[in-house]
Amino acid sequence: MNIIVPVKLVPDLVEELTVDAGGTALDTAWLRLIINEFDDHAIEQAILLKERTGAHVTVVSTNFEGIDDLLYTAAAKGADRLIKLNGDFESGINNHALARALATIIRDLKPDLILTGVQAHNDLDGSIGPLLAEYLGMPYIGYVSGANVSGEKVIVRKEYPAGLIGEMQAILPVLLGIQAAEQPPRYVAISKVRLMMKTMNIEEMDLGALDSTGAPIVNRMFQPEAAERAMMLSENADEAASQLVTIFKELGTL
Amino acid sequence: MVITEITHTPSFSEIFLTSLYKGENGERFRTCLQCGSCSGVCPFGYLMDYPPGRMIAGLRADEFDLVMDTDTVWMCVSCYACAQICPSKIPITAGLMTRTKEELLLAGNVPSELQSALENSQRYGNPMGESPRKRADWTIGIQPQVTILGKDRHPVDILWFVGDYPSYHPRVQAVAKSLAKILNVLGIDFGILGPEENSDGDTQRLAGERGLFEMLAEKNGRTFSKYQFNKIITSDPHAFNALKNEYPALGISYPVQHYTQFLAEYLNQLKPMLIKELSANVTYHDPCYLGRVNGVFDEPRMLLEAIPGLKLVEMAHNHASSLCCGGGGGGMWLDGFQWEKAHVRLSEWRVHEAVAAGANVLAVACPYEPPRFEDAIKMTQQAGQLVVKDIVELLAEALG
Amino acid sequence: MNQDIFVAIEHLRGKVSDISYIMLAATRVLAQGTGGKVVAIVLGHEAQDLARNFNADQVLYADHPLLSDFIPEAYQKILAGIIDEYKPRAVFFGHTTIGMDIVGGISAQLGLPLVSSVRTIETDRKLVSQICGGKIMAECELPEPTALITLVPGGYKPELGQSPQSPPITAISTQMLDGLRIKLNQYIEPETSDVDISKEPLLIAVGRGIQNQDNISLAEDLAQALGGVVCASRPVVDQGWLPISRLVGKSGSTVKPKIFLALGISGAPEHVEAITGSDVIIAVNTDPAAPIFNIAKYGTTVDLFDLVPALTEQVKQTKG
Repeated sequence: MNIIVPVKLVPDLVEELTVDAGGTALDTAWLRLIINEFDDHAIEQAILLKERTGAHVTVVSTNFEGIDDLLYTAAAKGADRLIKLNGDFESGINNHALARALATIIRDLKPDLILTGVQAHNDLDGSIGPLLAEYLGMPYIGYVSGANVSGEKVIVRKEYPAGLIGEMQAILPVLLGIQAAEQPPRYVAISKVRLMMKTMNIEEMDLGALDSTGAPIVNRMFQPEAAERAMMLSENADEAASQLVTIFKELGTL
Repeated sequence: MVITEITHTPSFSEIFLTSLYKGENGERFRTCLQCGSCSGVCPFGYLMDYPPGRMIAGLRADEFDLVMDTDTVWMCVSCYACAQICPSKIPITAGLMTRTKEELLLAGNVPSELQSALENSQRYGNPMGESPRKRADWTIGIQPQVTILGKDRHPVDILWFVGDYPSYHPRVQAVAKSLAKILNVLGIDFGILGPEENSDGDTQRLAGERGLFEMLAEKNGRTFSKYQFNKIITSDPHAFNALKNEYPALGISYPVQHYTQFLAEYLNQLKPMLIKELSANVTYHDPCYLGRVNGVFDEPRMLLEAIPGLKLVEMAHNHASSLCCGGGGGGMWLDGFQWEKAHVRLSEWRVHEAVAAGANVLAVACPYEPPRFEDAIKMTQQAGQLVVKDIVELLAEALG
Repeated sequence: MNQDIFVAIEHLRGKVSDISYIMLAATRVLAQGTGGKVVAIVLGHEAQDLARNFNADQVLYADHPLLSDFIPEAYQKILAGIIDEYKPRAVFFGHTTIGMDIVGGISAQLGLPLVSSVRTIETDRKLVSQICGGKIMAECELPEPTALITLVPGGYKPELGQSPQSPPITAISTQMLDGLRIKLNQYIEPETSDVDISKEPLLIAVGRGIQNQDNISLAEDLAQALGGVVCASRPVVDQGWLPISRLVGKSGSTVKPKIFLALGISGAPEHVEAITGSDVIIAVNTDPAAPIFNIAKYGTTVDLFDLVPALTEQVKQTKG
């Protein structure tokens, strides 16, 4: 079985995010990129499926800063093939453009199953999974937190609110939007990643021309005003506790 | 007659044992007497499925794969008590416990709390996952301004390697500020690396991540070589140990002192400045990596005794027999895991000892300790009014 | 050009979800701007009764046995057909496990523009989206010809999407739904737990800041002292430190307590959307820039490990 995992790098929220001088995009000067958390789960789920079924796992991503490390780490976890996509996306790339370009490349990889994160926090034109699925002519199920392949089918657990699960099945090939892998992404020792740097090869491919039709045009980007910001209590623990007791009394709790 | 050669495939135990012999002083593993002193002195030995002595027995009995199935080696806090007491001078901590943790890490058997600390160290250069850009934020407001070498590119006499916890942890930032104050009153020409400083990596090394340690050391080494200074001092015994004993093997070698050693040399100048009396019974906790591992016992005490009114009392375990606070070897990032197994914390035992010694103040010299001991005090009813202060905080208070 | 605004109503096991009403409320605002009607689309099987009390001008109802439960492929196909036929000015979808499964495919299939994570509509038909964990807002013009919009909760109260009257229902025929590759096998209920947090009036929520399972007892002690219940955000439940029945947020429960005390929670949208119905949110977070302070009524940067024991103590003393 051939599993493809498209992954993305997104702005690391640990750093401060600011809007650039143009006012319509993030300032990239201090921006650091980190793997999209949900894509990390997609890699984990793919490796779990590989361990169960002996599948072949390909991880593919656009060439942004930090991508090599991400790919070698995936290899250290068990990914078999690493692909880096080059193209002109200095100012970012939206999901419609990426999905169209990825579809062309992934079609040639003849996937049976595609796993990708169900969303990324910087998505503005929907998430990539459903777009990619449609361009590839595959059915899509998102918010998946467990998957098992059985012959020509994949059986998935789709998450609904309040802990409810919808168990669905789909005939391969299918694209799944992963919410959570069946276990948290595993740790891989740095020495293993360094080994991969020496032994694994990252293939490079060209992304081709980008067509952003379907994505919105941003008028302006801004940081939310702290409208109606909380009334801040004391910075001293005992005083703050005392203030809270007063508040609880006012609210009728105490 | 045909004689077929029987090829012997080495077992996991054999491979592992052979690798241990190749480590520094590794041949001494052959001389283990199975006396049990290591397992006996180990603070969590009673909880481990395979305390150190039994691990060695397991290796000899070709049963080490059983050890790999357990997770109790993560109870090891790398306190060196075992290595220190071993009559055969076997390097148990670094040579066996750390190596076992390495194997477990490679196999993916690592508690999740520790996993995030390791991933954060790799990504952000500190185990807390804080932005590297904020590493020198603790210096904001200090007058005179602390020299950050990346910005003020001039040579300094002393490079102060601050460390993760003093840089980011709110409680320990107070310790950093106190040391800055003391260095300033002494007129020391010093600078810090600020955002260019990465975790020293020593605790991560002892937690089994050799690759991560080397990566962090290499980064620090490159940064050191950019600047001019005569000596490195540090507020962190773990960084002290790394810089003194581990970095040279990677080609990074500078004179280094723990701040207690450095300040002790300035005692004649410092003592007359300590004018405010501190009448309290103060007991000093010898940090594992300053005391037991690196033999620095006297200088911290000299500094404390220079404070007027201060009475130094010793706990039952002191100097080389000091009880670990539980933060080493990854313990700092395994609190939940270790609590589940032990339902007791080493830091709480130590607080009991401080109370029993009649102390009002528990003096420390390692950045892990203020938060660890203060948490333990909250959990220990008899601790009463015991407070935790780093030596340098007491010195700063005594300046008046 | 048709200026009507359509809403893809979401329902699960016989109940219309809150996001549907929030969408109807948002649609009203947008429709004022375009001058069109508000049209709710309901897909289901023998489910006309669901289309009650919508604040809408019209309901289009499509019935088919394969639409009785949500199947992404089926809903996408039918909705794409409806949108292609009626060509409204805009269509709202929920930014949910239902809406997000289908809107992308419709955008790709019909070549229509898609704006996601929208929180509010400005009167001049601008869409304001919330991204990057709530730290960044992005404003876009309503794209042409038919804008597909996914709406996150928090911008409008569901009550504004409800009406005492029910709008007229028009039954529409559906195309064939054969050859589907996705099938729903069954629903799996979560393990029954001791509490239903969506019904609790006082919740104490723990987030990543609680650091480990053992510290949850601090929150439990406070909960016990105050007469409340402990719940958690995703990271805590993912680690297995609390059962999924205690999860507040997407894939968990939406809660409407009188008091929501958030301990060590940053306020990321997927968590926050589930608590905006709370009367009073009190946030405890050492980061003064944490987004949670923008929706909390009271806040403090005191470390929760200092505050919670102190508060528990004082509450116990007050209760005597």
